[in-house]
Amino acid sequence: MSRSERGLGRALGALALLSGVLLLGIVAHLLIRSWPVLAGPQAPGLGGLLGLDGGPGGWHPLEGRFDLSPMIAASAAAAGGALLLAAPFGLACAIHEHFLAGPRTARLQRLAIGLLAGIPSVVFGLWGLTVLVPLIGRWQPPGASLLAAMLVLALMIVPTVALLASAALAQVPRSVLQGAAALGLSRRAIVLGVALPAARSGLWAALLLALARALGETLAVLMVAGNVVAWPAGLFEPLRVLTANIALEMAYAEGLHRASLYAAGLLLTALVLLLAGLGLLAGRGLRAGRAQTLPGADTPAAPAALRPLP
Amino acid sequence: MLSRRPLLAVGLLAPLLAARPTGLRAQADKRLLLSGSSTVAPLVLEIAKRFESLNPGVRIEVQTGGSSRGLADARQGRVAFGMVSRALKPEEADLQAYTLARDGIGLIVHRSNPVVALSAAQVQAIYTGQVRDWAAVGGPARPISVVHKAEGRSTQELFLQHFGLPGSAVKPQVVIGDNAQGIKTVAGNPGAIGYVSIGSAEFEAGLGTPIRLLPMDGVPATVAEVQRGRFPISRPLNLVSAQAPTGLAARFLAYARSPAVHDLVREQFFVPV
Repeated sequence: MSRSERGLGRALGALALLSGVLLLGIVAHLLIRSWPVLAGPQAPGLGGLLGLDGGPGGWHPLEGRFDLSPMIAASAAAAGGALLLAAPFGLACAIHEHFLAGPRTARLQRLAIGLLAGIPSVVFGLWGLTVLVPLIGRWQPPGASLLAAMLVLALMIVPTVALLASAALAQVPRSVLQGAAALGLSRRAIVLGVALPAARSGLWAALLLALARALGETLAVLMVAGNVVAWPAGLFEPLRVLTANIALEMAYAEGLHRASLYAAGLLLTALVLLLAGLGLLAGRGLRAGRAQTLPGADTPAAPAALRPLP
Repeated sequence: MLSRRPLLAVGLLAPLLAARPTGLRAQADKRLLLSGSSTVAPLVLEIAKRFESLNPGVRIEVQTGGSSRGLADARQGRVAFGMVSRALKPEEADLQAYTLARDGIGLIVHRSNPVVALSAAQVQAIYTGQVRDWAAVGGPARPISVVHKAEGRSTQELFLQHFGLPGSAVKPQVVIGDNAQGIKTVAGNPGAIGYVSIGSAEFEAGLGTPIRLLPMDGVPATVAEVQRGRFPISRPLNLVSAQAPTGLAARFLAYARSPAVHDLVREQFFVPV
């Protein structure tokens, strides 16, 4: 390694370290700011925030009631529902790109999905508010609902699932696919029986990271979910997710109210970090599996059976 | 390469150093600090920008945090002015309020809604969930979607106060943050009713957004009526201070209340006074 390369390595290393420190700093900041509501003199504490202390419950910060549990449930319902909707589409995109599409179609598809991933969330929110919500509202008023939130979020995380699943499929060792083809398996059997199981851990990582993205999304959900604090009781009922709660009330919250919003942020960060951690673990499983294939087993050209049909 | 790294470090640390509390390096004659209401802050920011360009070397800092923070900061002399988006209460008589502009709050419905007026009792019944269909108040048979502001917003406080409703009695179907979101929500739902700042509603309706402002107690909901002081739900947007302002603060106050900033007031959809 030359001297300038060593310098570059050190500089990049320092920047990487700095980003790690920044993450720690953010978590520490959230912890300090939410401390009054977690352990202060008149604090509801973690039990109060999660609605476990048997109090009157409800989110009435001006009356000193800080029960976040309906919003935690709402976040889980909206993000989970969105993932259920987005996963089949995202996985289908990835499989189509790798095993079925011709090179030109695959490139076009990748481009389209990349574009979809780059659309700002406020645009999705605006579309949801002006098109989707009135459409649902004509059928089941008021329209701003869990369903609207799920649909908008699903649209936003399809590219996340598609891009990460595509990367996972690209990492399946060629030798495995060649072996399957050499055994005379059909394309269908190779995709469903060999490639998907081989990429399993990477696919799980894709789904978990998409879920984390859906949990953290704020503006688009804020615009379509109705934001009434309530337990998710049906697809057509309005609800308020944790992120929307912070965005709605941060502008004027003070004292314990402000601290409880920081606590909501801390909770969200913890959830997202947990999901990202699980995603990483799943991804590591993939690399371990790959190391077992013999070095040099990969050949540059794909076997004919794996090329798209003419 | 090596010689560049300290530079890089300085570049990364500079924003952290610059974020130190402003009070430490304040110079009384060249700097002004204001804090308070997030409704008033955007207007004051615009006024401050223009004032700075007219007075080179002057720096005006605006921090938000709600009307109560503005009151507390002004009382303790931490800021030149606190920003407060309502009239002062009797127990706040120790402070001086200077009104910059007024803001009216009006009820809006979808343009296709044939209801021309609602009595106070009807509004109360709708917002508490006793009336759930437009047919009950002279409209078509269509469920009402009640659009409400998030708890603690000063617009919401004023609305509840005017109609004598406790916050927990309201049964909303949609809760919104700012005016723009409320207008889009009502424009997209023929059964919705909401309340927003009159200036922004009038502006959007003028652009063709399908919303309509309802009169209140027989007074049309227009900026002109708010300006005349006839519209029942309106509030002053104030700068408050504990002592009579002097020097730069006095000059800024005079400028912020002069006709020279009326265009900025209108741009923020408020009513000049």
